[in-house]
Amino acid sequence: MSDYQTIREAVRQWESNVDKVLQRFPERKPQFCTGSGIPLECVYLPTEQASEHYLDKLGFPGDYPYTRGVQPTMYRGRLWTMRQYAGFGTAEESNARYKYLLSQGQTGLSVAFDLPTQIGYDSDDPHSVGEVGKVGVAIDTLGDMEILFDGIPLDQVSTSMTINAPAAVLLAFYIAVAEKQGVSKDKLRGTIQNDILKEYIARGTYIFPPKPSIRLITDIFAFCSIEVPNWNTISISGYHIREAGSTAVQEVAFTLADGIEYVKAALAAGLDIDDFAGRLSFFFNSHNDLLEEVAKFRAARRVWARVMQEKFHARNPKSLMLRFHTQTAGSTLTAQQPDNNIVRVAIQTLAAVLGGTQSLHTNSRDEALSLPSEESVRIALRTQQIVAYESGVADTIDPLGGSYAIEALTDRIEEETWAYLDKIESVGGMVHAIEAGYPQKEIQDAAYAVQKQIEAGERVVVGVNKFTVKEDAPKGLLRVDPRLRQVQIEKLQQVRAGRSAAELEKSLHELQTAARDSSQNLLPVILQAVQNYATLGEICNVLRQEFGEYRESIVL
Amino acid sequence: MTLADGVRQGQQRAIARAISLVENDLPGREELIDRLYPSTGKAVVLGLTGPPGAGKSTLLDRLLSEERKAGRKAAVIAVDPSSPFTGGALLGDRLRMQSHALDPGVYIRSMASRGHLGGIAGATADAVKIFDAAGYDRVIVETLGVGQTEIEIAQLSDLVLLVLVPGLGDEIQALKAGIMEIGDIYVINKSDKDESARLRAEVDYVLSLANPTPERPVPPVVMVSALFDRGIDDLIDSIAGRLQRYAETGEIDRRRRLRLRRELRQQLQSKINDHIERKVEIDRQMDQWVERLISHQETPYALINRQIEWIFKEMDRS
Amino acid sequence: MERKIRILIAKPGLDGHDRGAKYIARALKDAGYEVIYTGIRQSPESIVRTALQEDVDFVGLSLLSGAHNELFPAVVDELQRQGAQDVVVFGGGVIPDSDIAYLRDKGVEAVFTPGTSISAVIDFIEANRERVVSR
Ligand SMILES: Nc1nc2c(ncn2[C@@H]2O[C@H](COP(=O)(O)OP(=O)(O)OP(=O)(O)O)[C@@H](O)[C@H]2O)c(=O)[nH]1
Repeated sequence: MSDYQTIREAVRQWESNVDKVLQRFPERKPQFCTGSGIPLECVYLPTEQASEHYLDKLGFPGDYPYTRGVQPTMYRGRLWTMRQYAGFGTAEESNARYKYLLSQGQTGLSVAFDLPTQIGYDSDDPHSVGEVGKVGVAIDTLGDMEILFDGIPLDQVSTSMTINAPAAVLLAFYIAVAEKQGVSKDKLRGTIQNDILKEYIARGTYIFPPKPSIRLITDIFAFCSIEVPNWNTISISGYHIREAGSTAVQEVAFTLADGIEYVKAALAAGLDIDDFAGRLSFFFNSHNDLLEEVAKFRAARRVWARVMQEKFHARNPKSLMLRFHTQTAGSTLTAQQPDNNIVRVAIQTLAAVLGGTQSLHTNSRDEALSLPSEESVRIALRTQQIVAYESGVADTIDPLGGSYAIEALTDRIEEETWAYLDKIESVGGMVHAIEAGYPQKEIQDAAYAVQKQIEAGERVVVGVNKFTVKEDAPKGLLRVDPRLRQVQIEKLQQVRAGRSAAELEKSLHELQTAARDSSQNLLPVILQAVQNYATLGEICNVLRQEFGEYRESIVL
Repeated sequence: MTLADGVRQGQQRAIARAISLVENDLPGREELIDRLYPSTGKAVVLGLTGPPGAGKSTLLDRLLSEERKAGRKAAVIAVDPSSPFTGGALLGDRLRMQSHALDPGVYIRSMASRGHLGGIAGATADAVKIFDAAGYDRVIVETLGVGQTEIEIAQLSDLVLLVLVPGLGDEIQALKAGIMEIGDIYVINKSDKDESARLRAEVDYVLSLANPTPERPVPPVVMVSALFDRGIDDLIDSIAGRLQRYAETGEIDRRRRLRLRRELRQQLQSKINDHIERKVEIDRQMDQWVERLISHQETPYALINRQIEWIFKEMDRS
Repeated sequence: MERKIRILIAKPGLDGHDRGAKYIARALKDAGYEVIYTGIRQSPESIVRTALQEDVDFVGLSLLSGAHNELFPAVVDELQRQGAQDVVVFGGGVIPDSDIAYLRDKGVEAVFTPGTSISAVIDFIEANRERVVSR
């Protein structure tokens, strides 16, 4: 009898014992599932194929298919980058927050912009009423960007910017500020999110229709591969897809489908796969369901490596690696008993680290209430530091690898991801799928089902539908000063008054001409316009004229 | 000022209230419509129908832009199904037309089908009259799918656009099964997709089997891409062409007469029905009748004929 | 026949987080109401015009960016300007308690914060049914 058969025999024996126990003491639920509804077995057992497929399915850290991680030493070499997303109000206030975070041991910056900036409206635009400085910092001109990074040497930090539709403009602002600091483009390190497809799917800060939007993205790929070689030109994001209520599988599948679409677009624009694929990065969500999340990250790496190798024939190993940033799940935080959120974030941090993330943002406990306070931000950062320095999970690579449960879930998520990818391919790719409202509908249905379960008490949210207490209204919460828009408008007017009208006119005209000629790269003209102090809104309005505007395509 | 005056002056809120009145069949409905009726008869009514997801709302959004460019005021009645279980409805058609939300020359109203017998057609017919009296030059009625309701609603229109899209498979079957009868113009949407050419060929073939008459010649087939704003000019030309032709051949007039006849009949029947129900309290009697049948004390037709005799006697007495 | 309650669920401002709005819209449909949904990024003016044309009894506003103190009252004021002060406005989103009193004072009759169950929204609607039906 082989080892495996001996085990099977023993399992049968054990199962019959369990049945007897179950007759007297039934389980808590008739069926246990992961947060996304994948059924869980009562215990996972060795499978016959496990070691047979080891090299093919798992391999070694830093080796294809990267299931166990993208670097050979992972956190034994260097810990992940602790990067707290921050930004609010004016450039001055955000600048002060960045300096504080850097002084507390944070290792990279992450800039949050307000919604008008994200949608390419100046602060004095009527669309901006009520929104200026609210969810991030307001940036209208190069002048604001200079203040934002004042006293922060840009050759020494890596900066991540959550900016999508107008990513080219904000990148141009950044490059221009660096040049003023005497830092050349090739020294810059950082990331722009630059992922328009998930804006259509889940986040909503789009401006232009898919075609010109994707042209802007491939223009950035092309420009950076030569001029800003250390810049991550895109952060293909599942985070917001998950926040919108998707399952873990949908998060991976739709994000990778977006990635595939960008790769296709870049190839169609004449780029070589290995010239840009190594600069693609990803951004995922880390939820409460620890095991499923760890499996999700592992499955995502494996699928992407296969896609890049088998579908796109990338040769450089860097092109095959799925490197990702993670943020803990804002949507899991509760306004009730907000301190419980610290624990949730700790579990999510663990999931991200056990899943092999390259960088991490941990949410603050009071985010479900308002802007996070300095104290909350510090606790969030400390959570990462405790996991990094005290928990020991960073000291061996992929510590859950080989766990029967984790491997089974990894396989399952991979399988379901492929099914989605095939389906999306069959409707002609992600742009078509989005225009038909397909991913939006899938996410919406998943979100609805979960919310229903919470309402019915079938899914427990501690402090919300179980273990509730009577609570006082929370105090001491940070709010943005509503007069901020006025302040920002005055700054904007000063900049407008102080620039050369002729230069401005000329560069906006050149932008218009370039927009009409899709063989021209837009980055150099945008860079020139921002150096002439064209505002974000002015640049985007020229492009709106030329490209038109996208309209929401959801199916209710 | 009465509600009818408000409607005739084109006041937004009065129109809204008037439609709710007919939709909920509230007291005052008949009086309102009678007051408005003299001011009706000017609007051209277009029906727009097709399977779910065909892009009707997206197309409508483009058509509204064209109507406005031509200087016409346009109203949309977007009908969506009510849930048969809860009676609720999620009306999302106007989502794709929100760019017209602030245009004073455009009025968009969503209606749920509500599932009551003949109700939607009746309420829609009255809503059309309200917009007509309020001075809208075009009233476009959008309905989902291809079933009984669509045919009823098609019958409200001077001209019906049937929207088809590639990739729905059973389309052609449906065409052959006779919805053909209701389309005056066939719009193939999503022409940006490769498969649309094949659908066009199939539609052309099916239409070639039809028997055109001078009043109703073979309907034109127009390819559009609502999403990418292509082919809309052709569609506008087709609509204008058809309308002119129907006006010349008297087809519009014939349809309007037919429509009135149908409405009258429907109202008559439903009123008679109501009257009888109220007079003889059929609901209460029904329990007894069912008992008699279930226990085999009586046979169905004998019972029915006897009861009808009885009903008429009751009616005579009162 | 019972008069149907009609509710507009709208998203003013620029934020694209429509998970909550879509959930409410769908759940209210399941509760038997007729619900109209506008989609994201609607100005107060277009929300009000939509509310008028659709003759809704309630307008539910959802906003997560923190711009509620500006945008919710803007909708209430615009309704008033259009003579539609009888339309009941409620709101939802990440709204600190300290703002709730302010919003109520400005005519937003109920504010639902994250974690509120749909039954609370339904209770609110039912509590106002008589009032809106008899308007
Ligand atoms: N590719 C393509 N997609 C389109 C076109 N027109 C509409 N769509 C997409 O088709 C989907 C359905 O569009 P709607 O306008 O809502 O269709 P509808 O017929 O009104 O749908 P129902 O209200 O469900 O009956 C949306 O995702 C649109 O973006 C088109 O010309 N080409």
